[in-house]
Amino acid sequence: MESLVYEYQGGVPIESPRAPVIAGVVGSGNLEILVEAEGPDDRCTIVVVTAATGFGTIWQAVMNDFVARHKPGGVRLSINDVGATPAVVSLRLEQAWEAFKGGSA
Amino acid sequence: MNRDWSRSSKSRERRVARGVAAAGGRIVPQQKIIDLLEAVIEPGDRVCVEGNNQKQADFLSKSLAATDPAKIHELHLVQSVLALPSHVDLIERGQVARIDFSFSGPQAGRLAKLVEEGRIQIGAIHTYLELFGRYFVDLTPQVALIAAQMADAEGNLYTGPNTEDTPAIVEATAFKNGIVIAQVNKLVDKLPRVDIPADWVNFVVQAPTPHYVEPLFTRDPAQISEIQVLMAMMAIKGIYAEYGITRLNHGIGFDTAAIELLLPTYAAELGLRGKICTHWALNPHPTLIPAIEDGFVESVHCFGSEVGMEAYVAARPDIFFVGADGSMRSNRAFSQTAGHYACDLFIGSTLQIDLAGNSSTAIKGRIAGFGGAPNMGADARGRRHASPAWLKAGREDALATGMPRGRKLVVQTVETFREHMEPAFVERLDAWEVGQSAGMALPPVMIYGDDVSHIITEEGIANLLMCQTAEEREQAIRGVAGYTQVGIARDRRMVENLRDRGIVRRPEDMGINPRLATRDLLAARSIKDLVRASGGLYDPPKRFRNW
Amino acid sequence: MNHSYYEASARERMAAFLDPGSFQEFLPPTDRVSSPHLRQLDQPGAFDDGILVGSGRLSGHAILAAAQEGVFMGGAVGEVHGAKLVGLLERALITRPEAVILLLETGGVRLHEANAGLVAVSEIMHAVLAVRTAGIPVIVLDGGQFGCFGGMGIVAALCDAVVMSEEGRLGLSGPEVIEASRGVEEFDSRDRALVWRTVGGKHRYMLGEATRLVEDSIPAFREAAIALLGTRPVFGLEDLEAEHARLRERLERFGDCRESIEIWTRLGIEDPQSLPLLETQAFLAQVGGKRA
Repeated sequence: MESLVYEYQGGVPIESPRAPVIAGVVGSGNLEILVEAEGPDDRCTIVVVTAATGFGTIWQAVMNDFVARHKPGGVRLSINDVGATPAVVSLRLEQAWEAFKGGSA
Repeated sequence: MNRDWSRSSKSRERRVARGVAAAGGRIVPQQKIIDLLEAVIEPGDRVCVEGNNQKQADFLSKSLAATDPAKIHELHLVQSVLALPSHVDLIERGQVARIDFSFSGPQAGRLAKLVEEGRIQIGAIHTYLELFGRYFVDLTPQVALIAAQMADAEGNLYTGPNTEDTPAIVEATAFKNGIVIAQVNKLVDKLPRVDIPADWVNFVVQAPTPHYVEPLFTRDPAQISEIQVLMAMMAIKGIYAEYGITRLNHGIGFDTAAIELLLPTYAAELGLRGKICTHWALNPHPTLIPAIEDGFVESVHCFGSEVGMEAYVAARPDIFFVGADGSMRSNRAFSQTAGHYACDLFIGSTLQIDLAGNSSTAIKGRIAGFGGAPNMGADARGRRHASPAWLKAGREDALATGMPRGRKLVVQTVETFREHMEPAFVERLDAWEVGQSAGMALPPVMIYGDDVSHIITEEGIANLLMCQTAEEREQAIRGVAGYTQVGIARDRRMVENLRDRGIVRRPEDMGINPRLATRDLLAARSIKDLVRASGGLYDPPKRFRNW
Repeated sequence: MNHSYYEASARERMAAFLDPGSFQEFLPPTDRVSSPHLRQLDQPGAFDDGILVGSGRLSGHAILAAAQEGVFMGGAVGEVHGAKLVGLLERALITRPEAVILLLETGGVRLHEANAGLVAVSEIMHAVLAVRTAGIPVIVLDGGQFGCFGGMGIVAALCDAVVMSEEGRLGLSGPEVIEASRGVEEFDSRDRALVWRTVGGKHRYMLGEATRLVEDSIPAFREAAIALLGTRPVFGLEDLEAEHARLRERLERFGDCRESIEIWTRLGIEDPQSLPLLETQAFLAQVGGKRA
């Protein structure tokens, strides 16, 4: 198991309060992503707990691309992972983010 | 010159006479089979034990491995596969000196070890068509041990839906004075039809159990992932629709099963029914049933059959190649030829791709072979007939010289990481080491980079045809290699430039929203859905059922 | 589109099973009430420990419901997972819903926290019986990929009704466990057709252990559950004795059968070999009232 934390600044604040969203399930080759409105307006914190150790640089690259694409601000993403490939991670991130933006508190 | 021009026919007469004496006739009792083999096979013979990735002459193979090594040794095996434990047992018993084959699949590890220990010499690893070709040139079998479903009292054979390699093997052996011994599941008074005439067959034995057939082409839709759905959407919209692919061959993986299952849903919504995927060189994949029932498919010729598909295929004679008796006839040699020359597109998966687009399934410690993939996945340089897809690909070929000509589309579809985070993109193929440690003349490359036209990953499609330099090709490959080392090391500016030119395309460039890539798009999501789609005609093997 | 119950996640099932938008989750993922044991064992956890519990409406009726996520550790019951289920059942004694509905998908006790899991399962059993004693029906839905086995198989048998699809499986020891302990001659767990005709929904329906058999769709499960809402638990000493007598008689009648098909033959089913291949509606028609 490995815990990874990524902090980003300069995001676009999300509009109005949003209800938290969960996407995916914790199972082999899969992951769950919990998206919550939290923290300073331009911050995005991503916390990953993964069963597959030694892939920090790949997670960093996947998260950099996600943040560059959507510029999330005032958001915390919490991830439980069981060895999902970057393809699955990216897809879940998109699903979770879309659902989060689509909902409201 | 006083040469004897009929030594081989005299040898055959002697062998047949010895065989009849040992077995008591042309229909051989089970308990006499080892006597028969010891009577007709001579040390140093070239022997073909029929077997493919589908049907196996398993009783004859096991019997051969039970013969006396003092009588039968120094054999030269010339056969499509080394898949059965008994094939390798024969080598371990010291009865084989040399092998020429195509594919070793499940025995790949044991075989590699025997080569390493110097206990066996590999002549060459071929494609199926190459090996069949050599049966008629310099590797003609002296004895062929084959498998059929039924025989009559005269020795006529019915090979039925799983005809596969039998005609090629028997034709080469019987017409060059070799001995053909057939194991059959049943002896009957009257055959449904004659697939191999009796005068090409010397001996027939009824096996204690029906010959083994591997359900190799059954893919349970339950195991298809969303990522595979996404890549299938890209294949359909970004390649099949754009080139108008009507004639094609698919690999056997879940990636291509996903494409088959998206035809009646996603492709139909795009208005592509009747415009793509009408004519196939393909085994009767259960996952093709929904597309057939939906009216997408007009014709399918098969290399072999598939367990459980017999009744469905027999009930769709307009689609499949079916005899007057009502059952299908397959033929691997002809279907391989069709796949090579008559199809505009091959798509399949692989384990590793390098920066030039070369791909290989060779992994250290395993000698697996190629099967038919290299013939499917190669531009047919001898092709002369045109088609819109072939011409369009030819026009895109940036390295083509002045003379106009077409190109086959050879598509590799891979996720950037396989399970356990093994990257599909590498700087250097494992094949280099595998080739070296097994003493091969060349690294065992499945499909050469210059034959590949497109690579599909979850990140997008790279069109290698349109790349003008080796550097562009490398960056196009890096540009779809995702978060692998190869992908991360891309020149981002150059990849964006390739994207502007349509050489690298992302899902959004093709109007595909990855979030819509869900399993709901599959026309069948379980084996049971396939049974339903077939109107109850498909009878899946027990191991695939959950009812 | 076919809303397959078998394919759906626990959250998808719950959302589609209840009246739209009516689910109020207790201890949602944001509360992060997850297993303290898994982390110590260096195992990945889930924010909801693999189960969601809450209140909702079913065709307008107030109910409490729980759904296990089979993909997370095979739906196995750990300490927190079990406590959430016990808490839900005990809440029913206070809020008195029309029914408690359990969407079970589980291999039983989570081996990583076996002691806590075993205690939890016994507490669940106790709570189920308490809820039934209070006159509130407890209804089980079983149609997920991992079936319902182990201690939770016993829990299912303690409830008022079990709704299954033919894909669902119900039993005590799972097929692999039986094969491992008694040998492949006793039970070949890789013979999937054998597994399903032994522990699958159709045979459970034939034996009377599944109250209803429905096709694999969430709306079909929903409809069956709505129809069962009027169930009133019968739970006196006489009822238990009658049930024991029924089971004794069943054992006498079928105890020497080696195979479910022999039981179906003895029940007077015509062409029993064909049952596994029939669609649900055709199956129900062919079986008629001929159940054990």
